[in-house]
Amino acid sequence: MTVIEVGSPKEERVVTETPIVRFEQVSKRYRLRYAVRDLTFSLPSGRIIGMIGANGSGKSTTLKLMAGLANPTSGRVWVYGQEVTRRISRVVSYLSDQDALYPFYTADELISFYAAVFPDFDVAKAREMLDFMQLLPRQRAGELSKGNLGRLKMVLALSRNAPLILMDEPLSGLDPLVRQSILKGLVSFVDLGRQTIVMSTHEVAEIEPLLDTAMLMADGRVVDVRDIDDLRSQDGLTLVDWMASKLAAPQNRR
Amino acid sequence: MGDDFHPAQPIYLQLVDRICREIVRGDRKPGDRLPSVRDMAVQAGVNPNTVQRVYTELERMQVVLTRRGQGTFVTEDAERLRALREDLMHERIEAFVRDMAEMGFTGDEIVRGVQAFVEGGTRE
Repeated sequence: MTVIEVGSPKEERVVTETPIVRFEQVSKRYRLRYAVRDLTFSLPSGRIIGMIGANGSGKSTTLKLMAGLANPTSGRVWVYGQEVTRRISRVVSYLSDQDALYPFYTADELISFYAAVFPDFDVAKAREMLDFMQLLPRQRAGELSKGNLGRLKMVLALSRNAPLILMDEPLSGLDPLVRQSILKGLVSFVDLGRQTIVMSTHEVAEIEPLLDTAMLMADGRVVDVRDIDDLRSQDGLTLVDWMASKLAAPQNRR
Repeated sequence: MGDDFHPAQPIYLQLVDRICREIVRGDRKPGDRLPSVRDMAVQAGVNPNTVQRVYTELERMQVVLTRRGQGTFVTEDAERLRALREDLMHERIEAFVRDMAEMGFTGDEIVRGVQAFVEGGTRE
């Protein structure tokens, strides 16, 4: 596993040798309906990777397959060189799109709880982020506004020193100022020397400057995985343009 | 956080360009320390990898230099800074002249037009 330290200028983007995530012909069926079908792709480490696509295109299922929260109906998934089982959660931090926090716990208690469950949880970093996000340690999760709940979830997900951090729609339903503060927290606290982030989002234009790589999904399949710089320099496209052009082309639809 | 970037050019190149302009304009002086990679990423609203790329490119251009453990600094090489200033000027002139030529203006017309504009601040 090649690890690059952000801050060492010589080793520019020496990040790609071992993929952090690898899917081989993965399908997932819920009863009769395929959520994703025949996914084969890999994702480079040390990057911020955006997963984009319409509702129902398979983003959440793909993230759950990476997190070990769903088992493939067929095919195989590797994360960090290990085949994914439920135990992959030791190296994968997962932020759910559901309100998955115990409402009667305070922020401080949640930090202690996470520290007890995950050995890689960095309590000092969590406290620092809490402060950065202007959250009060004594406030209960159930009493938080939607925006502050979004901030708290980001704190908990990013405070693990896990090699892979997955975020399912961390910006969804939040107002622009909250989205900005969450993204600012992400840039301020992520350690891309050791971590890779994969996040699904619909805020495509807003997220573009933060991404190294984008993965586009449609109808349960991966349409393409591209580096943002290449999209701009080779194709002259912004992420939104690229998404529109890819999804309009009939050969990419089933 | 979150600057605007135009499409069709990689964000890191736009940041390289922006920092070069700041240096030429004197907003960043010779020997000035640039913000850390992370601080610059937060300020510009971009990914830290992008800023790392920007600093590597500026270093390759010998516009900045990185001292291990201390940070990244604007070069104090006056010759290099003078050349950078010239480069930026030529870049803009080239784009302008190409644009004018495309519309059918001759070299003479362009020069006269520019001269009149610079002297008078208005049209001929």
